[in-house]
Amino acid sequence: MTNSRLFVPLSCVLIFSVLVGIGFIIPQWAMFLATMALAKGLVALGIVILMRAGLVSFGQGLYFCIGAYVSGLMANWTGITDIVLLSILGVLVSVILAAICARLLSGYRGIFFAMLTLSLSMILYGALSKMSIIGGTDGLNVSAPTFLGYAPEGRALGFSLYFYTCLVSVIAGGLIRVYFNSERGLTTLAIRDNELRVEYLGSSVKSAISSGYIMAAAVGGLGGVIAGLAIGHVDPEYAYWTTSGEFVFVAILSGFFSIGAVFASSIVLEVVRSFSNLYFPNTWQLVLGVFLLIVILLLPNGLGSLFSKRRRKGGSE
Amino acid sequence: MNTAESSTADFVLQAKNLNKAFGAVIAANEVDVAVPRGAVWSLIGSNGAGKTTFVNMVTGYLRPDSGTILFNDKDITGLAPRNITRLGISRSFQIPQLCAELTALENMLVSLSSANEQASFFRPAHSTQSVANATEMLERFRIVDYRDRTMAELPAGVRKLLDIAMAITGEPQVLLLDEPTSGVAAEEKYPLMDLVMEALDGSNVTVMFVEHDMDIVARYSQRVLAFYDGQIIANDTPDNVMQDDSVRRYVTGGAVATPGGV
Repeated sequence: MTNSRLFVPLSCVLIFSVLVGIGFIIPQWAMFLATMALAKGLVALGIVILMRAGLVSFGQGLYFCIGAYVSGLMANWTGITDIVLLSILGVLVSVILAAICARLLSGYRGIFFAMLTLSLSMILYGALSKMSIIGGTDGLNVSAPTFLGYAPEGRALGFSLYFYTCLVSVIAGGLIRVYFNSERGLTTLAIRDNELRVEYLGSSVKSAISSGYIMAAAVGGLGGVIAGLAIGHVDPEYAYWTTSGEFVFVAILSGFFSIGAVFASSIVLEVVRSFSNLYFPNTWQLVLGVFLLIVILLLPNGLGSLFSKRRRKGGSE
Repeated sequence: MNTAESSTADFVLQAKNLNKAFGAVIAANEVDVAVPRGAVWSLIGSNGAGKTTFVNMVTGYLRPDSGTILFNDKDITGLAPRNITRLGISRSFQIPQLCAELTALENMLVSLSSANEQASFFRPAHSTQSVANATEMLERFRIVDYRDRTMAELPAGVRKLLDIAMAITGEPQVLLLDEPTSGVAAEEKYPLMDLVMEALDGSNVTVMFVEHDMDIVARYSQRVLAFYDGQIIANDTPDNVMQDDSVRRYVTGGAVATPGGV
């Protein structure tokens, strides 16, 4: 536990400064890799929110895809390229859809919840694949973003996108840390342990799960907007189940104790995948699988348990 | 039953003609009872007699097949447990329902935040005030030494007390305790009940506890409801209930008094 109200904002400022500082020294390919890792880390953070309530979503690709398509379609149809506006729209659409889906999903637990989330994302995948008006399986290209009127190009564009991604990731991470430390956050951990007791204490488990799912969708949509703009192309694969599986991979790798561990795990995944792809082009999935196996065996509560006092036993974070 | 002639205003809880069946098993058969405010009653009966079914119906876990449950004259039949808790009826469990991965302090913090109108997304669960309140509750039940331990590390008696402490954080008007002394060492039963009654002293909470130990029943309850086969077969003071032939035959297992003293 950290009693100081300043701990979270100060940590955010420190982490943001370090990340931006790193941006000045790393090459452009690494900056792109870091941008994508942070964007995907945001989506995985959504899964971690749900994991704290004992649920795993295998369908966060749904909101990743929604965010990416919102940025692509808005840029192509309306000419809006401002990243802040696109982020707000991506999050808004994701939240509205999640609020509708949450009514269905909050009544399910375990594998049923996981499979329903998966099926929702696959419905979107199927629908987008058949919609030739927006590119079908080929998807569509996305214009380069602008930043409150600033329209950089080349390395400046990559750095601006990296800077923006660091900023929103740190803000989202900080807000979610506040939520994890809050009364609601603790109640969510209690739901994971004993749903019946929480109901008998007067709290609504469905409401807690719904709000967690909506928060997960918000960060998922935000990650999708950034990824779509960073790659410059969106296609239905964003909603495909293997994409969702990557986010689950990151969430399991990180565990649900530390928010920093989620982004660190996402970076680890991107790095391992990039280098495995380079040196073991046909067996890189095998390398990833072995890596995850080692983590599960040695750190069953994920990388985050290295930085958390809670770990397996109780205690404050 | 003596409910019909009494003014309903005196009763905090009333069950009227409750029926509940699980297939061929009748768990509640025309259960009819009115509980005055501030009373301490016990529920006795052999396993399967319908005590816990009664508790489960009152607290919303089970919906009766027919009949009504009134709380302060408001019909609460079939409401969800959380809504009934919010109205002022709390319960503890035969097997303590704690959050296993959380510490005793955190379990109390969860119950304190749930007792608020709406748990906050921003207010820290571990705020100085909340921790002080939770610690005070643990002190009241004399389990503060265990505040940083998780459920697996707690003795059975401490689990029971924590379960009950969590149930009373919302300042309920009615508290239902399902076998508060079961699984507790014989020498700890009286101290446990003393602690519970001491914690509730002066609060005017109506207490109904399910109990198998007749010494506990006689010592702590003002009135006893004896259940058998889903029915209430006796509703009287502990002394009178213990002397009741039906109770002796079906519940306590003592010798039945026969005419002529044979």
